[in-house]
Amino acid sequence: MKNLKTIILSTVFTLSATAAFADPYRIGVLTDMSGMNYDLAGQGSVVAAQMAVEDFGGKLLGEDIEVIVGDHQNKPDVGSTLARTWIDEQNVVAVVDVPTSSVAMAVQEITRQKDTAFLISTAGSSALTAEACSASTAQWTWDTYALANGTGRALTQGGAKKWYFITVDYTFGHALEADTTQAVTAAGGEVIGSVRHPRETTDFSSYILQAQASGADVIALANSSGDTMTALKQMQEFGITEAGQKVAGMLLFLTDVQGVGLDIAQDLTLTTAFYWDMDDATREWSARYSERMEGKKPTMVHAGVYSAVMNYLKAAEASGQAKSGSKVMETMRGMDINDFFNRNAYLREDGRVVHDMFLVRVKKPSESTSEGDLYEVLATIPGNEAFASLENSTCPLVKK
Amino acid sequence: MTTIFGVALPVLTGQFLIGLINGSFYALLSLGLAVIFGLLRIVNFAHGAFYMLGAFAAWMLLNYAGIGYWGALFLAPLVVAVVGMVIERTMLRALYGLDHLYGLLFTFGLALLLEGGFRHYFGTSGQPYAAPEALRGATNIGFMVLPNYRGWVVLASLVVCLGTWAIIEKTKIGAYLRAATENSTLVQAFGVNVPVLLTLTYGFGCALAGVAGVLAAPLFQVSPLMGSNLIIIVFAVVVIGGMGSILGAIVTGYMLGIVEGLCKVFYPEAANIVVFVIMAIVLLLRPAGLFGKDS
Repeated sequence: MKNLKTIILSTVFTLSATAAFADPYRIGVLTDMSGMNYDLAGQGSVVAAQMAVEDFGGKLLGEDIEVIVGDHQNKPDVGSTLARTWIDEQNVVAVVDVPTSSVAMAVQEITRQKDTAFLISTAGSSALTAEACSASTAQWTWDTYALANGTGRALTQGGAKKWYFITVDYTFGHALEADTTQAVTAAGGEVIGSVRHPRETTDFSSYILQAQASGADVIALANSSGDTMTALKQMQEFGITEAGQKVAGMLLFLTDVQGVGLDIAQDLTLTTAFYWDMDDATREWSARYSERMEGKKPTMVHAGVYSAVMNYLKAAEASGQAKSGSKVMETMRGMDINDFFNRNAYLREDGRVVHDMFLVRVKKPSESTSEGDLYEVLATIPGNEAFASLENSTCPLVKK
Repeated sequence: MTTIFGVALPVLTGQFLIGLINGSFYALLSLGLAVIFGLLRIVNFAHGAFYMLGAFAAWMLLNYAGIGYWGALFLAPLVVAVVGMVIERTMLRALYGLDHLYGLLFTFGLALLLEGGFRHYFGTSGQPYAAPEALRGATNIGFMVLPNYRGWVVLASLVVCLGTWAIIEKTKIGAYLRAATENSTLVQAFGVNVPVLLTLTYGFGCALAGVAGVLAAPLFQVSPLMGSNLIIIVFAVVVIGGMGSILGAIVTGYMLGIVEGLCKVFYPEAANIVVFVIMAIVLLLRPAGLFGKDS
């Protein structure tokens, strides 16, 4: 018995001693490693973060940098517990990515309390930089407002006036529907109805029938990844577009379009923050990414993770410390954060990274020359038009 | 226009039909579970994974061997059955004498392994699988536009379900099976090879999941997660129908599909819990399930 006690005690001491000794700075990629966001974020986000650390030189303020990974299983409680342990016990100085807005909301409460940098790439609820905003957050890639505004306005101005929503029933879906409604009404359209479905629905036919019967010009999908793909596939079955109704996927990642195939996705108009085949810089980075990801093309989220981690490291180095997320963000606000991903970009006090967005059209199968050749860029939406202005911001950090 | 609770009749009929289509999957899957539980007393948590395996087998047959939908409809369930039988022979067999919990945990672990393996190689976005040429398009049947393929699914599942029921309840093999569940030692004494019977039964149950998987492939994304999305509901169906009751599983499957479909019209937010609410009520009022015998 005494022996056992000694063993336990000595183990505890050894462990705590190693923890205290030369702990590297850790970047925690908190993502979905097992669920429906695995392809659009997941392993690709981890690789993107590692690439950024390597390109930065692997050292921050003289210490090593290490990338660690956590699977939040799309559950807010799992995500926030992991984030808390990371920050408290593992010297994590930045939490990165975090798909699923409800998880990001929970994690943001922790990073706010602990003043740790929170670099959001996948989570898109615009509430993260509105009423829930935090001084140590940068929402890097996209948000529901930008997508709603880009796609919603383009389609309404193109003559599709009456909208019907099929919306996923949680924070993100609600935000996307509300933001799109605003954009549609502002452009002279109207919303004639909506139906809410639970996350990870396998059958959309009931909702599709209701949308079909509504007589709307556009049926808008305010959901994401697996749900969007299933819905698109089943809408084709019911002959929605052949009967003259338009379909709008409000959030489509490159992997979603690949998942349903061009046969089904062709001619969809969507808004994205990044497409790999835009210019030499995007192609060069994407080629390096593909090499490490078995030839897969990066989504906007992956490019965003790289850009966010890289700029975070630069800002932390410049501010002389990494522990206080809000101080790093303050430094970043005065910095040039343009790169292959960010164009005409700057970080705002509410945590929003403003940059150009792109309106694209999905190519027809006959137009696509290779597996990753999916989009035609229709227009660039300047950052200040793409994202919500600070004028009506509900973020308490915005001084008016 | 005639309305019921403010919903137009054609819309309602459409939803009814759609419920029937979803019910087809519930019925096929819960039937397999009921067969396996009824005869082997194994709570087969890997059933969702076998369903996923059926869909992936169809996809692989098409992409690696060039075998289309109709070939896959026969071959894929066969593949799944073989995988199931190997697992039964080599692993599951060791758990027969033990508490139900061991079988449940083992098959749950198996499901996680299978799903994890497929996720590693195929990711979670899923692979597209087109419906066969002959069943593409849709037919306007007056009150709604019915995709031809969905009509086929209802038909196919009805045939498979009724066929299975007939085999187990009306044939000699079925009689052996039922006898083996009641008293396997006695049946063995009559010269029936019970272990082989059990292996075949498990294989058959898995094949039913495989059939459902192939039927589902053109409707949903062929994705490693497709089974885990469905399996919990299917278990609820089995519990409501009465564990091990073949007819119960079939009828409850279709019925719950319809209830769920109607719920999506009247109160969509509750659509994913309505099955569980019904399960709770049934368990309170009839703990053995709607078609189960109290034992």
